[in-house]
Amino acid sequence: MFSGPPPSDYFAIFGIEKKLALDVEDLQRRFYANSREWHPDRHARAGAAQLAYAEAASATLNDAWRVLRDPVARAEYVLKGEGFNISEQRGRDVPPELLEEVFDLNMVLEEARNGDAAAKAEVARALAKFERILSEIDSARDGIFVAYDAAPGRDALSELRSLLNRRKYLQNLVRDARAALV
Amino acid sequence: MSLFQIDFGDEPKPHKVVGIDLGTTNSLVAFMDLTAPKVIPGVDGSPIVPSVVSIPEHGEPIVGAAAVERLITHPDRTIYSVKRLMGRGVSDVQDELKLFPFHIAPGSEMVIQLSLGGKRFTPPGISAQILRQLKKNAEAYLGEPVDHAVITVPAYFNDAQRQATKDAGRIAGLQVMRLVNEPTAAALAYGLDKRENGIVAVYDLGGGTFDISILKLHDGIFEVLATNGDTHLGGDDFDNLLLRVALEDIAAEWGADLSGDQVAVQTLRRAVIEAKHQLSTLAVTTIAFHYQGRAYRREITRDVLEKLITPIVNRTLGPCRNCMADAGVTPEQIDEVVLVGGSTRIPMVRQAVRALFKAEPHTELNPDEVVALGAAVQAGILSGHVHDKLLLDVTPLSLGIETMGGVVSKLIHRNSTIPATAAETFTTAVDGQRNVLIHVVQGEREMVRDCRSLARFDLKDIDPLPAGMAKIEVRFLIDANGILNVSAKDLRTGKLQTVEVKPSYGLSDEQVEAMILESFAKAEEDFNERQVREARVEADRILNAVDKAKGDDAYMELTDGERALVDNSIAELLLAYHGENHHLILDKLEALNKATMKLAELMMNTAVRGALKGTKIDA
Repeated sequence: MFSGPPPSDYFAIFGIEKKLALDVEDLQRRFYANSREWHPDRHARAGAAQLAYAEAASATLNDAWRVLRDPVARAEYVLKGEGFNISEQRGRDVPPELLEEVFDLNMVLEEARNGDAAAKAEVARALAKFERILSEIDSARDGIFVAYDAAPGRDALSELRSLLNRRKYLQNLVRDARAALV
Repeated sequence: MSLFQIDFGDEPKPHKVVGIDLGTTNSLVAFMDLTAPKVIPGVDGSPIVPSVVSIPEHGEPIVGAAAVERLITHPDRTIYSVKRLMGRGVSDVQDELKLFPFHIAPGSEMVIQLSLGGKRFTPPGISAQILRQLKKNAEAYLGEPVDHAVITVPAYFNDAQRQATKDAGRIAGLQVMRLVNEPTAAALAYGLDKRENGIVAVYDLGGGTFDISILKLHDGIFEVLATNGDTHLGGDDFDNLLLRVALEDIAAEWGADLSGDQVAVQTLRRAVIEAKHQLSTLAVTTIAFHYQGRAYRREITRDVLEKLITPIVNRTLGPCRNCMADAGVTPEQIDEVVLVGGSTRIPMVRQAVRALFKAEPHTELNPDEVVALGAAVQAGILSGHVHDKLLLDVTPLSLGIETMGGVVSKLIHRNSTIPATAAETFTTAVDGQRNVLIHVVQGEREMVRDCRSLARFDLKDIDPLPAGMAKIEVRFLIDANGILNVSAKDLRTGKLQTVEVKPSYGLSDEQVEAMILESFAKAEEDFNERQVREARVEADRILNAVDKAKGDDAYMELTDGERALVDNSIAELLLAYHGENHHLILDKLEALNKATMKLAELMMNTAVRGALKGTKIDA
């Protein structure tokens, strides 16, 4: 262990295979176990080289835990690793099936912000709908996770990327709608 | 695992590591006793060392309770609440300065320079005086040199404030093994890890700072989920408010504005603090103030105090809500709430906490001591005495770099578990460009001007190449102390680049070194003083024993000459005893030992004879 650079791959540092569907509880157990091993506090009396290793390994472990425990961040990490550009056009394009809804929402958002009760009710209805779609997207995402883990392929990842873009867009809408209702 | 054991096997005896709570109002030092942390009392028997430093005209700085007295007699030479100035620029502390009696010297752009009695001091230099006092207390109590410490800081302290605290430790001759966040330390002290998988909120309202941390506990692991706070909110604010009201009241009653009179202000400050403390247990009390033959008395009820401080207490609630949101927990999910800091003695503060978290807060441990106790536990973890606990803390503020148009690009987000790292690749904008200037900021806002400038550094000696060809990877690492470290690598050549980080506020390494050197002379004096003290203790012990032996029958068995030699040796030891040379004391002690050798033998024989006789009688 403490020789050579620490693993830089987020899955490798947990000692697990690359998978999109992960048992987060198991991941957490591994996070705690590896922290006990690597955290700099455990090596405070050791030499500089060992301490530097512990710090680097611990930092990567912490970053890996932050990314892998979150399904979206995890998916983006895998996409990036497979050469997909995840920042390009993300969340900018209006999903075609939502064009009309988004147009309507933008109309009432401003009025709702100004306190118009009818507009607020309108926004609340739209919010409920968007939240439902969001949870549908998450189910679809989990489906792709399982499918990809069983048979890894670029088609699944392409689908995943467009799904995540749509999710991002919806999430922004939900955020705006919630803000207007406060 | 065997590798560690080999490594540790080569280590000399582990250093004693103490835990220090360097507070705004009070400071304490604690250590890990066999199984539990313990606070260390000072010469006056109290573990609390008020964080007050006074610079007398001649002689050493005065620290603690004695300096508190000088707040009134020498307000222009005495500093309190210096923690509020740590790691800050002059523009940050304008509000504070209105209330402090001391002055800022010119040339305070990088580090605030306090002018006291014609001399200049920096906040880390003043804090070092407090640390030195705590170090001394610990050494006297433990009977061994102490040069390793864990020091606590508010969780919401930024990089510059942390660095300033670390500098203070170095100046005081302490190797700071870890800066640990105060609320996290408190959680460690409470030993709440006994429960499995709990969520704990720590509400820490101290003298000058407010922190809220939410932790997840799991089999001895303390994982901080989120932290929030305000480094400019605490008991001092209550005091200042009461002080202002009292000053206005007096101005109306006496027709005299006392706010420019430092002696009056400090005397009145003490009176309002006294009243504030009393109102934590009483429903009504009196602010009593005597000055230049005049008396001011004002009855004040708890209701009035609560009305006055409500806006300040409410300012703690926003950070609490944000912290819960960042941690992803609701009040219902929080199993335990812990109160830390003297200001949580105020019933209204407790009520606010109870209402927000819907739980009865823990108050079993002394809120003044709990942070120091936790620091001692962390010291035990670092020195290998505590094996089952581990702290996983977070960085309170996001770290970013300045990009085009003064926009911040965030690299490490707030509440990331530390150590945390991020890498960013930089390139050149024009052909042949040799260096790239990087500006690091800390804060949550989008624009650089709304964040806090942390450091600037230059990537130098880049090979002259067409624009955009150079590729320099800069790695930012926030270490377990919450302090930023930067390294850079030329990706084309694989060559490591030196990075000289110039902090926006704070002491340079050279300044710290100079202050350490300056303190070396002092340290020698301190050391000599300690050796003299120890020699005197030993002399006392022997003198007492000889005194007692003179009453023994054996003393009369000595010849006149032998008895004269003993008396001579005693007289010489007493002479040395009142001097400052510990070698001389030890020499004379040795001589007395020799002179009483025969006496000791005779007494031993008598004792043996007596014991033998005793055996016979018993039989």
